[in-house]
Amino acid sequence: MVTVRAYAALTAAGFRRFSTYRQATVAGAFANVAFGFLRTYVLLSVAGSAGELAGYDRAQLVTFVWVGQGLLAVVNAWGPLDMADRVRSGDVVADLLRPVPTLAMYLCADLGRAGFAMVTRFVTPVVVGLLAFEFSLPGHLLSYGLFAGSVLLAVVIAFSWRYMIGLSAFWLLDARGLNMMWVFLWGGGSGLYFPLPVLPGWLELTLWIGTPFPATMQAPLDIAVERGGLGHAALVLAAQIGWAAISLALCRHVQRRAWRKLVVQGG
Amino acid sequence: MPYLRVLRAQVRAQTQYRASFVMDLIGSGLFTTLDVATVFVLFAVRGDLGGFGGREVLLMAALSAAAFPIADLTAGNLDRLRLYVRTGLFDTVLLRPLSALGQLVVLDFQPRRIGRVVQGLLLYGVALAVAGIAWTPGRVLLAGLAPVAGAVFFSALFVAGSTVAFWWIESGEVANAFTYGGRDFTSYPITMYGEWFRKLFAFGLGFAFVAYLPALALLGRTDPLGTPSWLHWCSPVTALLAAAGAGWLWRTGIRHYRSTGS
Repeated sequence: MVTVRAYAALTAAGFRRFSTYRQATVAGAFANVAFGFLRTYVLLSVAGSAGELAGYDRAQLVTFVWVGQGLLAVVNAWGPLDMADRVRSGDVVADLLRPVPTLAMYLCADLGRAGFAMVTRFVTPVVVGLLAFEFSLPGHLLSYGLFAGSVLLAVVIAFSWRYMIGLSAFWLLDARGLNMMWVFLWGGGSGLYFPLPVLPGWLELTLWIGTPFPATMQAPLDIAVERGGLGHAALVLAAQIGWAAISLALCRHVQRRAWRKLVVQGG
Repeated sequence: MPYLRVLRAQVRAQTQYRASFVMDLIGSGLFTTLDVATVFVLFAVRGDLGGFGGREVLLMAALSAAAFPIADLTAGNLDRLRLYVRTGLFDTVLLRPLSALGQLVVLDFQPRRIGRVVQGLLLYGVALAVAGIAWTPGRVLLAGLAPVAGAVFFSALFVAGSTVAFWWIESGEVANAFTYGGRDFTSYPITMYGEWFRKLFAFGLGFAFVAYLPALALLGRTDPLGTPSWLHWCSPVTALLAAAGAGWLWRTGIRHYRSTGS
């Protein structure tokens, strides 16, 4: 019972920590809204008079862009964890001394952060998109529940990879390069820049099976626009569950190897 | 030159972690490729973007991809000004007998961004070669000046964006909307955007002068939006105006700066 309370407290602390960055929240939401307009106009222009792009109609494209802009801060794939800095400075030793497993501790704090982002950074662009464009809202009540589950899985998967990038500092000392690679690949492969069905079928499938990227963005977005109905949603969720399990298992593996490299100076 | 010495120290320091630096260099170079690839993924859907064909779209995207990284290399690290203001380090910067702006440019100089500059310029060269331009002395001059003008314009945005930190410390992402957002905006033909959005960004803020209008001048095309053709040659002028505006904002910001105190 004590551990459950500890995890809840860590999650709440993550939420509270980010709720104090009020100026940054407003500034970030502003950027999301600006990019929302940009991407909506680009995709609508490509859809053109046909009114359709890779199986998405105009209203679905609008939803895809604005929900995507909202989820960007929730999933936070572009925001590195402070793990790498803690490895370099040696503060990571303090994390190991705590009575809570390190991975669980970081995950809880990140879930708290995502929760705060959901009520601020997610809501703002979605509301602007709703007011400015013809927006497609999920018709099925079930879709809202599935969407919530899908977002949670997306946060866990993105967190796992950011955690591993942080741990890479045990070997590289400086995780910036690896982070840059991740940021670069994530943007194109996740569905943030364009819906993945725009790509040739084989490439889309390779991304889904071979990389965690679509599971962190395209997946919840497909559920939000109800592409392919509930059958497709179930498939998407199954893929996400698979990626979440693989990612967390990899985290534990990399972490075990990393701890073995840790040498604490002094007596 | 004290600036050069700081610059050399920065380059040496950042190339120490070699594996990370190489990945950084490749990663930042790939960004440019991805930006242009994104444009072409969408281009491939209908074989047209906003009424323009492949070579024309490539020229616009490549102009943006050549101009932005140069600005990012020289002025992109100014967005760290907010860290200097918040931590009080900016006091130290002001105390040194060098220009504050010059110091900020060299203090966080990031050599990995050179990868992007090289890629962008190569791409621009290819785009110029395949665009089928009817070369005249004026067009040769413009082809050389346009990426520089675009870089000056984006640098002005970086300077102006960073100044916001003097009033509003955690403003970073507001500036991003105009710098990184501007790069995305200029990668596409502006005919694709909704009217108010286009008027505001392309003409109100001047983003049309980065890639769209100079590309029209190089290609000798008339603007489907109806702008007069002399305007297509004006990007060096607007870049200087933007630089002057940013300089004024910077000086105002410095005068307004109050240390976080101790």
